[in-house]
Amino acid sequence: MGIDPVTVIAALIVASTPILLAAIGEMVVEKTGVLNLGVEGMMVTGAVMGFVTTVETGSPTLGFVAGMASGMALSLIFGLLTQLLLSNQVATGLALTLFGLGLSALLGVGYPGATLPPVADPFPAAMADIPVLGPILFGHSLVTYLSVVLVAAVWFVLGFTRTGLIIRAVGENHDAAHALGYKVIRIRLMAIMFGGACAGLGGAFLSIVRVQNWVDGMTAGAGWIALALVVFASWKPWRVLLGAYLFGGITALQLRLQAAGISIPVEILSMSPYVITILVLVIMSSDRSRAALNAPAALGKVFHATG
Amino acid sequence: MKTFTKLMTSGLLALGLAAPAVAQDDPLQVGFVYVGSIGDLGWTHEHDQSRLAMQEHFGDAVETTYVENVPEGADAERVLTQMALSGADLIFTTSFGYMDPTNNVAARFPNVMFEHATGYRRDTPNMSTYSARFYEGRAVMGHIAGNMTESNIVGYIGSYPIPEVIRGINSAFIHARAVNPDVEFRVVWAYTWFDPAVEAEAAQALIDQGADVILQHTDSTAPMTVMQDAGVIGFGQASDMGQFAPTPRVSAIIDNWAPYYIARTQAVMDGTWESMDTWGGIGSGMVRIGEMTDAIPAEVRASAQALADSIASGEHHPFTGPLNRQDGTPWLAEGEVADDGTLAGMDFYVEGITAEIPN
Amino acid sequence: MLTLEKRPTPSRGWTLATPVLAVVLTMIAGGLMFALLGKNPVEAIRIIFWDPVFNTQFASYTRPQLLVKAGPLILIAIGLSLGFRAGIWNIGAEGQYIMGAIAGAGFGLAFYPSDSPLIFPGMIVAGALGGWAWAMIPAILKTRFRTNEILVSLLLVYVAEKILASAATKFLRNPEGHGFPGSRNLARIDSMNNPELISGTGMHWGVVLAFIAVIAAYVLLNRHLLGYQIKLAGQAPRAARFAGVNPNRLVVMCLGASGALAGLAGLFEVTGPAGQISIDFNVGYGFTAIIVAFLGRLHPIGILLAGLIMALTYIGGELAQLMLQIPAPAIQAFQGMLLFFLLALDVLSNYRIRIKSEGVA
Repeated sequence: MGIDPVTVIAALIVASTPILLAAIGEMVVEKTGVLNLGVEGMMVTGAVMGFVTTVETGSPTLGFVAGMASGMALSLIFGLLTQLLLSNQVATGLALTLFGLGLSALLGVGYPGATLPPVADPFPAAMADIPVLGPILFGHSLVTYLSVVLVAAVWFVLGFTRTGLIIRAVGENHDAAHALGYKVIRIRLMAIMFGGACAGLGGAFLSIVRVQNWVDGMTAGAGWIALALVVFASWKPWRVLLGAYLFGGITALQLRLQAAGISIPVEILSMSPYVITILVLVIMSSDRSRAALNAPAALGKVFHATG
Repeated sequence: MKTFTKLMTSGLLALGLAAPAVAQDDPLQVGFVYVGSIGDLGWTHEHDQSRLAMQEHFGDAVETTYVENVPEGADAERVLTQMALSGADLIFTTSFGYMDPTNNVAARFPNVMFEHATGYRRDTPNMSTYSARFYEGRAVMGHIAGNMTESNIVGYIGSYPIPEVIRGINSAFIHARAVNPDVEFRVVWAYTWFDPAVEAEAAQALIDQGADVILQHTDSTAPMTVMQDAGVIGFGQASDMGQFAPTPRVSAIIDNWAPYYIARTQAVMDGTWESMDTWGGIGSGMVRIGEMTDAIPAEVRASAQALADSIASGEHHPFTGPLNRQDGTPWLAEGEVADDGTLAGMDFYVEGITAEIPN
Repeated sequence: MLTLEKRPTPSRGWTLATPVLAVVLTMIAGGLMFALLGKNPVEAIRIIFWDPVFNTQFASYTRPQLLVKAGPLILIAIGLSLGFRAGIWNIGAEGQYIMGAIAGAGFGLAFYPSDSPLIFPGMIVAGALGGWAWAMIPAILKTRFRTNEILVSLLLVYVAEKILASAATKFLRNPEGHGFPGSRNLARIDSMNNPELISGTGMHWGVVLAFIAVIAAYVLLNRHLLGYQIKLAGQAPRAARFAGVNPNRLVVMCLGASGALAGLAGLFEVTGPAGQISIDFNVGYGFTAIIVAFLGRLHPIGILLAGLIMALTYIGGELAQLMLQIPAPAIQAFQGMLLFFLLALDVLSNYRIRIKSEGVA
């Protein structure tokens, strides 16, 4: 009945990659004070374009690029509407999800079941066979490593560079940032597109690597989990990683507990990833000595420069 | 309201025809209501493929239409009513959750024929029900699984603990045990109809628990990808999933509704349609066994084919006694076969399965 | 370079004209998409916007259906709008909708087969309480532990879905249903039925309540101290604090109200149009209602209209699928476009477009 922790860790890293990518992108968007609820729509569009491109060109790399580009293109609709036409962010984001789910299914007609070329892993198979460390560290596809690198990069840029300072300033108080001469709208548009590219890449990972197929609506709510993770992380990059791995880890673990035939009711196990994520956040947020909620102060607010 | 059709049918009825036949130059209108998207590559996709096959069979004599992604409940009732109002003569509703809406609408449109998949209620004479004995296919898969497993652990990915899925687990298990007394089943419930990521994860969990053959009762190909990487084998579900042949997909259990759709449409044309319940299996072609690949040893292929043939001919019933329930209480005596009522509502495992049904 | 200049007050003319303009633009863009799919765009647009209301063959049926479809959307959106105005983010109305339905149905079925006239009222109370209780989880976690309500309410949707599956396959399963999932059909049990009140209108108690909620919200926001507090908390949280608004109380009130209304929407749906608890009982009303709330600019009358527009596109979209074989995803994309245009053109009622020589960020 034993459950091998090594396989759980290896599994959770792969399973978490799509939501981690989408969440770290969305976090940057929210750091600039913009709330884009269209993550699911961008992910699913990235999934279909990534898949279609890989099938047509035979190159997974081009597929990942196409996934990013299409996520970015969709995010640009959101950006233009919310930043230039000052539309409501929550509603526009939800409309983007609706639009993306429809568009992706239209684009993918005829592709479900198409055959993909295999995606090469960066490390030789022999390294993945090293006991314990092998499956955890060396058994993944390039995008999975990229997702972790991306978290580190975002952490570095936000915390230690001038760009990061500007991003945070825009997200905390856009009027002040504007008064200081920062191009608030331009910065936000770039962040929105970065978020779109990340979501698109997450979707493409799902279709090209994880499932190796395109099926309508295949993200099945992953974009929503990504959104929740940003909140879970209190807008801190490493906590996004922690959250994604926690969520993915509990999912992996609960299925293994089922497979091992442990006598915990399946309903309880199947809801455990959500419940435990809530509980962990409660514990973390109840610690009053920590800084307040940490949400960017201007999150979701419309910016209009006067003068 | 489709006055023209109404007038015509009442006229024909006056002429003494029992069923609402239509003139040959007026194409028969056949509607389909789908719960998923036709691009789901699973349940809905297969119904739509069968619709297209039926359309091709009849050519201009039939016009088909469909509405996809129709939620069960109020939305289904509305779509069905609109379909009937728009002049459909025959309507297929392809999800269990459409049972009450279909019966409700059928009661209001006595001149339209309704066919509900996987349900049991036929309140009015214009209601039929149909379903497939997928458990017959599962018996063959179980036979292959029992022969092929080396770890003696077979994994099973279920969607929700409903009779359809439990029946499949039992059938596969009985036939795996018959050829391999040491075989054990590990069941994982995804608690979703469709979530490729969770399905992939479930397959990985089973493999990590030592399973080297996996059966799935969820429709996505995500588990296949995981099986491929891990070098274990599995079976196509709903569709052939042929792109994963010869391994990990060594065979498949395929939904094939086309013969039924053709037969029932023909019946309406001929005026011979009547309310009935159809539960078709391998014999009637509703359940098809996908090509067995060379990854299966020749003698196992032969014995699996023999099993499929004997089920098709009615010689062998997958639930034949002696069989006990999981708790050891007797269920079927030697040579006794299960009745359809018990099978339809199956909510227990047979003896030997160590897992528990979620309660 | 074009710039926007904020109007001192929203333009009345544009407020009325923008929805019309948005619909026209959607017709053009959507028509283009339909044409690309090889469908007759003029016919498609006519079927979506015109036929549900005026087609001689369908309209007598679909017109009342607009209310049936819009009812739960409006009811939930009204509740959500209160919190959204105050800056309280309940994203989990879908879960509260489910729990309201389960609690209400569970209450009624516990007394089966009693035909007491008190059962349906009791179910209504239970439904409201079920939704309310589910919303109280994020409310209490927020007020006690400062846990973000977006995350908690959203993740509780998934938990509610698992409970729903369990209810349908186990604890509320119809004992006479031959082992199949799903509860008894409540719409067929006299004491639990939420009937159509006036035949041919689509009016059931849920729709009636939706209209009452619209009026009540209007009065609350314009005539009541709590409405003033809600608006103040949303616009100027600090000022609200100085004005004596207790933020915790507001969180409990707003989440509680939206949860109870979502629960009621679920209860009226399960006892009427849907009829039973099933694994897939919820169809996304809780999420669509968020769009409806913002499309209606969080204003009760706006929400009423937005709910009806959404319902129109759903029903018209089904007709378009049926009549022209336009695929469902195209309808979804079309709805997305309509929302984009409606939201984007909103700018015209609040801002004036000016041509300026120098650009502004």
